[in-house]
Amino acid sequence: MKIAVLIKQVPGSDSALPLTGDGTWIDDSLITFVMNESDNYALEEALRIREKINDGEVVVVSMGPDRVQRVIREGLAKGADRGIHLEEDGQIETDPLCIAKSFTSVLEDENFDLVLTGLQSDDTGMGQTGILLGELLGMSTATLGIETDIQSDTIRVKRELESGWFQWIKLPLPASVSIQSGINQPRYPSLKGIMGAKKKEIKIVAQSEHRPDTKWQSLNRLFIPQTNKQTETLNGDADTIVNRLVEILRSDLRII
Amino acid sequence: MQYIGPDFYNISDLLKEEELLIQKTAHEFVQNEFMPVVNEHYEKGTFPTEIATQLGELGFMGSSLPEESGGAGVSNVAYGLILHELERGDSGLRSFVSVQGALVMYPIHSYGSDEQKQKWLPGLGSGELIGCFGLTEANFGSNPGGMVTKAVRDGDDWIINGSKMWITNGSIADVAVVWAKDEEQIVRGFLIEKGIDGFSSSDIHGKLSLRASVTSELSLVNVRVPDSARLPKVEGLKGLLSCLTQARYGIAWGMLGAAVDCYETALNYAKERKQFSKPIAGYQLTQAKLAEMITRITEAQLLVYRLGRLKDEGKMTFQQVSMAKRNNCVLARDIAKISRGILGANGITEDYPIMRHMANIESVYTYEGTHEMHTLILGQEVTGIAAYDS
Ligand SMILES: Cc1cc2nc3c(=O)[nH]c(=O)nc-3n(C[C@H](O)[C@H](O)[C@H](O)COP(=O)(O)OP(=O)(O)OC[C@H]3O[C@@H](n4cnc5c(N)ncnc54)[C@H](O)[C@@H]3O)c2cc1C
Repeated sequence: MKIAVLIKQVPGSDSALPLTGDGTWIDDSLITFVMNESDNYALEEALRIREKINDGEVVVVSMGPDRVQRVIREGLAKGADRGIHLEEDGQIETDPLCIAKSFTSVLEDENFDLVLTGLQSDDTGMGQTGILLGELLGMSTATLGIETDIQSDTIRVKRELESGWFQWIKLPLPASVSIQSGINQPRYPSLKGIMGAKKKEIKIVAQSEHRPDTKWQSLNRLFIPQTNKQTETLNGDADTIVNRLVEILRSDLRII
Repeated sequence: MQYIGPDFYNISDLLKEEELLIQKTAHEFVQNEFMPVVNEHYEKGTFPTEIATQLGELGFMGSSLPEESGGAGVSNVAYGLILHELERGDSGLRSFVSVQGALVMYPIHSYGSDEQKQKWLPGLGSGELIGCFGLTEANFGSNPGGMVTKAVRDGDDWIINGSKMWITNGSIADVAVVWAKDEEQIVRGFLIEKGIDGFSSSDIHGKLSLRASVTSELSLVNVRVPDSARLPKVEGLKGLLSCLTQARYGIAWGMLGAAVDCYETALNYAKERKQFSKPIAGYQLTQAKLAEMITRITEAQLLVYRLGRLKDEGKMTFQQVSMAKRNNCVLARDIAKISRGILGANGITEDYPIMRHMANIESVYTYEGTHEMHTLILGQEVTGIAAYDS
């Protein structure tokens, strides 16, 4: 069983997010980067699948500038077998189809049985990469996985639907599944793992070898939402006030 | 990746990628697994022994020792960063790991026979076995050379009599490294197994410091052990002191961790707490305190970092370790006090870690060579004159 886990390095949730001068991206010289949260769960799920069937290979794959090798090393320290780094030397790509095409070009010859990704990245939150990649590689796909059950040539995935509903589906392998945060308890890398990771292979693929020429979508502008306070005094008799209050709660604040 | 803590002088740039990942792992482990239970144990005066195997699995026991000795072969700086994180949590946790690694695994690794190594090191490294170190006696603390615990040769065996006081992990240990004098007054180390005839322990109660740590008295009455229980490659105080050097090295890093936790708690509090027209961090008196603290923390970081690299290069001296242990205990003591003041009334509660650290630091200030003893070691080093009788 060959499993690829896509891991993205994203700004840590307690980082300030200063924008670049032209407002098209964040100034990442001032940010601490961490492993994307749901990717950590995807990695843990992959490691558990490998342990359960007592066979196979887990490969961590990440795209970005040199610094992403840190999350690859972290994955290797936790027990992944090898890494692949898709270099990005200019602007960070934000178009999910472009990203999926990059991954496809690098991963198609590897013939993975399973691709696990986090549900979405904590920075752009598109939630598309896993499905697009699965489609481009001709795999069956599922999103929002909260439990997996691997068989010899299928995988059963429990999916989280709306309003407390769940669904078990069975996918033929090869498959690409995106994993929801919280589905397992990710391990800490042991010191042995950390020291051993230094010797594991990370294959580096230059940007020119994976980045597609066409771009379908791009970010125009990022901005920090303005917070403004408004005070409204409700007047009138009790019925009027209650009606207005319910209307605010229902349609303005949408909390009932 | 970044050093977790205030980094005024870009310490991160000096640390290797794997050292930073090791610190991060230790940090997350302590915050997620230990902090939720620390107050409960501190209050009850107990140590969460179930954490030992988790510490072992991660490789935190004797981590700088080679793998064949139960360690993980990490650098001394990485080892220091682990202790920094454990003591950011609580001195009880750091003490547990220091004793296990520096005072039990280290002497067995350095002075033990192959048989002793095989018997003890794997279990100590994995945390399935716990060890303790029995040196201090009720009447001999700073002056361990005066110890009265006796080991008398009897055929192939030794008969040991005496008692040891203030022994961390004493009653929970599976093996005790006990130091005793033979008939020629030579200090020797013995590995005494839990449960053998004449060997018992009782816990010291009423501690107001290091409460989340077990401290015991060991009693040895006609304890008979074979010569194979003696550490064969060590004789006299010197070898014993080399264990203390290992432990003191880690303590210097640990105290920095406690100081950092106090400082960061105070800094965050000062930025949020408003009195009069603005946050108390905006007043000059508070800023003077914060400026002083960040300066001393930065000095201490550079001290232990350099010490760690010297140790990695095999060039570290015990006098250099004395300087770092002495300095960082005083630093932590002062910073805990200043930080506590910044929190006002809130500072005295268990909702914040400072009072717990403050009380713990008193033990650390005293054990592993008191502040005064390290002063005398430094005094002797610079003058060439010993101010204590040897
Ligand atoms: C919580 C805790 C855990 C401990 N764990 C262990 C352990 O696991 N194993 C172990 O063997 N020991 C342990 N100890 C014991 C510790 O190492 C001793 O307490 C320490 O060495 C000091 O000895 P003492 O308490 O007898 O003080 P003393 O030696 O009596 O010192 C009392 C005071 O006199 C000062 N003093 C002594 N001599 C001089 C001098 N020549 N000049 C100037 N001042 C001097 C000291 O600095 C100190 O201020 C522990 C202690 C504590 C509190």
